[in-house]
Amino acid sequence: MNKPLRRIAIFCGVLIFALLARTNYLQYVQADELNTRKENRRVRIERYAHERGNIIVDGGKSITGSKETEDSDFKYKRVWKDGPMWAPVTGYSSQAFGATQLESIEDGILTGNDDQLFFNRTMSMFTGDEEQGGNIVTTLNSAAQTAAFKGLGNKKGAVAALDPQTGAILALASTPSYDPSTFAGNEEADTKAWQALLKDKDKPMINRALRETYPPGSTFKVVTAAAALENGLYTDIDADTDSPLPWRLPQSSKDLDNEGPIPCKNASLREALRYSCNTVFGKISDDLGNQKMIDEADKFGFNKEIFTPVRSNASVYPEDNRPQNAMAGIGQASNRATPLQMAMVASAVANDGKLMQPYMVAQRQTPDLDVIYNHEKEEFSRPLSAENAQKLQEMMETVVKTGTGTTAQIPGVTVGGKTGTAQHGLNNAEKPYAWFISYAKTDSGSPVAVAVVVEDSHADREAISGGGLAAPIAKAVMKAVIDSKK
Amino acid sequence: MSVVTNTTTIGAINAPSRRNTELMMMVFAIAISVFAYANVGLAMNGKLPSGMFGYGAGLILLGGVAHLVVRKFAPYADPLLLPLATLLNGLGLVLIWRLDQSPRLIRRAEIGYGAFSPDAPKQLLYSAIGVALFVAVLMVLKDHRILQRYTYISMAAALVLLVLPIFFPSVNGAKIWISLGPFSIQPGEFAKILIAIFFSGYLMVKRDALALASRRFMGLYLPRGRDLGPIITIWALSILILVFETDLGTSLLFFGLFVIMLYVATERTSWIVFGLLMSAAGAVGVASFERHVQSRVTAWKDPFACYTTDLSGACEQISNAIMSFGSGGTLGSGWGQGHSDLIGFAANADFILSTVGEELGLAGMMAVLLIYGLIVERGIRTALAARDPFGKLLAAGLSGAFAIQVFVVAGGVMGLIPLSGMTMPFLAYGGSSVLANWALIAILIRISDTARRPAPAPAPSTDAEMTQVVRP
Repeated sequence: MNKPLRRIAIFCGVLIFALLARTNYLQYVQADELNTRKENRRVRIERYAHERGNIIVDGGKSITGSKETEDSDFKYKRVWKDGPMWAPVTGYSSQAFGATQLESIEDGILTGNDDQLFFNRTMSMFTGDEEQGGNIVTTLNSAAQTAAFKGLGNKKGAVAALDPQTGAILALASTPSYDPSTFAGNEEADTKAWQALLKDKDKPMINRALRETYPPGSTFKVVTAAAALENGLYTDIDADTDSPLPWRLPQSSKDLDNEGPIPCKNASLREALRYSCNTVFGKISDDLGNQKMIDEADKFGFNKEIFTPVRSNASVYPEDNRPQNAMAGIGQASNRATPLQMAMVASAVANDGKLMQPYMVAQRQTPDLDVIYNHEKEEFSRPLSAENAQKLQEMMETVVKTGTGTTAQIPGVTVGGKTGTAQHGLNNAEKPYAWFISYAKTDSGSPVAVAVVVEDSHADREAISGGGLAAPIAKAVMKAVIDSKK
Repeated sequence: MSVVTNTTTIGAINAPSRRNTELMMMVFAIAISVFAYANVGLAMNGKLPSGMFGYGAGLILLGGVAHLVVRKFAPYADPLLLPLATLLNGLGLVLIWRLDQSPRLIRRAEIGYGAFSPDAPKQLLYSAIGVALFVAVLMVLKDHRILQRYTYISMAAALVLLVLPIFFPSVNGAKIWISLGPFSIQPGEFAKILIAIFFSGYLMVKRDALALASRRFMGLYLPRGRDLGPIITIWALSILILVFETDLGTSLLFFGLFVIMLYVATERTSWIVFGLLMSAAGAVGVASFERHVQSRVTAWKDPFACYTTDLSGACEQISNAIMSFGSGGTLGSGWGQGHSDLIGFAANADFILSTVGEELGLAGMMAVLLIYGLIVERGIRTALAARDPFGKLLAAGLSGAFAIQVFVVAGGVMGLIPLSGMTMPFLAYGGSSVLANWALIAILIRISDTARRPAPAPAPSTDAEMTQVVRP
């Protein structure tokens, strides 16, 4: 009986060997993959095991915090100060529902698990101190953010404000908003709050400033004007243009209308922007052709996702046929832009044609406040020559001085802007979007460019206009930035 | 091979007894367990556990008694079996104690049963009873061949044990428990020993008939019905009972035991082929009507699939077990510092290996698996060394059953094969398991003692030499 016994011994050896092979596979080969699976609660337990680092505005004021909880799994819970106001900046970090935006992108620093913090972790292991997360210092200006959020009030809409000289994002508001603190934990109340937010018809968790694209309406005429100047179609902004009235859309039997009886026939560029002439800018777009319009829009940042580092959806200036291209030139048809994108347009004009890469993380810090990353300003593109930019500035300043944007005037400050009322819906049946883009200028260049969109308000359809609804908000934001610099 | 000397009736004269080797290894096994206990206390509460002295003293007492009994009643026994079993039992106690401290499991028990009661003290009590059983077996069973006399009684007892749970309510989906007042036992664990005794006794008598008086059928040698009939009936009966009790791990164990012992007894490879075919047919057959099995096969194929559908819970246990192995990595998180308690239900029973995997890492897992491997191979070595066919069959059956049990549990927990609830011998929480496995080790030690004991001086008659039966 010894021969079969030896074979049984080998068989048992094979069984044990199979187990050894399997454990090697699981614990060595697959370990990393298993450790980062989203189903793995350890990831979240680890994330909330220590006090999370903070997100900082105004160069030192923290808008987040950590609270110790009773929960057996998660020791700390994230809390936010002025949650609804800052939510479009911070995103959320919930024990039960994951994390988004800065809370998610900068999770490594905030939890202290990032490789850049390896030295700190090792030190706290030796000293026995509790591990802590690092901080994220943002470029946000709380005065501007408050002005934007208060300005939007109970209207649906968004505001994006930039520093044209650096690309720093100064304000990023979106309404209606939500308070991430209501579902940061792991309790039943958190689940209820979360589900209520998901069901809300107004979609409060959408970041309208970065993720929602709207037809930009007349504010896009600034880009069309830039294309006309850059391509040499017109060089003198006060010379008559070749613009008949009525102007018929190409390949069509339909005339392009203006809003009311305004003097648009052969109007100069300055006057056309001042009165917001559809005929003039529709014709410019058609004269230049689709490709040149796309090229200029691309230089302003269209057709590309932008990472601030939070991702902003791509704004679209599409390839299109002639009549559609003409419509896109006045910000209608399938032309769509995010508020951030339109703020970039205004900031490029304000910064003499130089568009800076928008960003909101200025610094990353270790728990001991040592700086491990410092943002260096970076040029995005040059959509305009300095000369043409100054021409466009004059045009936009005329709009605010004597045109449709007078409501944005700030005493003692030069302000340039452009209003927009974008129609949308089937046969334009829905309430139009009110837009306003603008910049302010002081002796030392422009400190702020801002884009405001009001998606929906309780105002009557006739009362909705960029100048009436959006411009006062832009004015408040610009004023807040200028005042905080004093 | 050199072991040939042990297969004749003349053993090696004055083989060393190796009792001091065993003592050294016992000291080592207990020291490791106590060190582990201290380690858990330091990691979880920042101080040495208060029960450390009692625990250490208990282990030393149990191990010491076991060692002294072996020294006295089985002086030539294999020196490795007892220390290996002690080490596993000691580590198992630490693991169970560590899981007792988990706030997650405590809260779970409070919600589910209204109160939490720690399992480690109960397991320590079971271990003490287990060692007492070990001592009793060695003291009462002077020679393993006595068990031959109880061939059919073993069979009857095994069947009764297997049938009984049908009359008791099912616990967590399987009817494998007999509850008597505060105690409950899992008869399957004891039945595996009894069935091995029955198979050994029966096959020893019938092995020649089974091997030689067979007909060739489609290239396979099939024995006559009257030889194979009884054994196949008993075997089929026990499998059927287990299938109805949905104790699939144990039915797999019985099947493997049957094939292994038949193969060893008849030396016919065709039994292996036959066994594999039958197990394939059986597996497909059972899987086609048992929803319990189907859900486990689904969870095995893709342990993470149910997270994306609505069926989470169907695979949550197995996926959590796999993730705990993954998070252990090469060196583990250290005693008391993992999150294997996320598995929840059965974390300290069927799934105790996940805690080993997470907290001791790949290194600890390999060590534990090799300890099991060593126990199995020492058992088969005992079978090789045994001089009587009954002892050979019994030792082979018990070690084979042990190996299959380890493979089925560990393989199930690690996602190598579908899960089929059984306990990790010695490591897992459970009274029946600890008791039965100590009895199993006692029987193996008894057989190895008989096998390695120096033969009495050969008879002076020269005829004795010529009447020997010499087997290849």
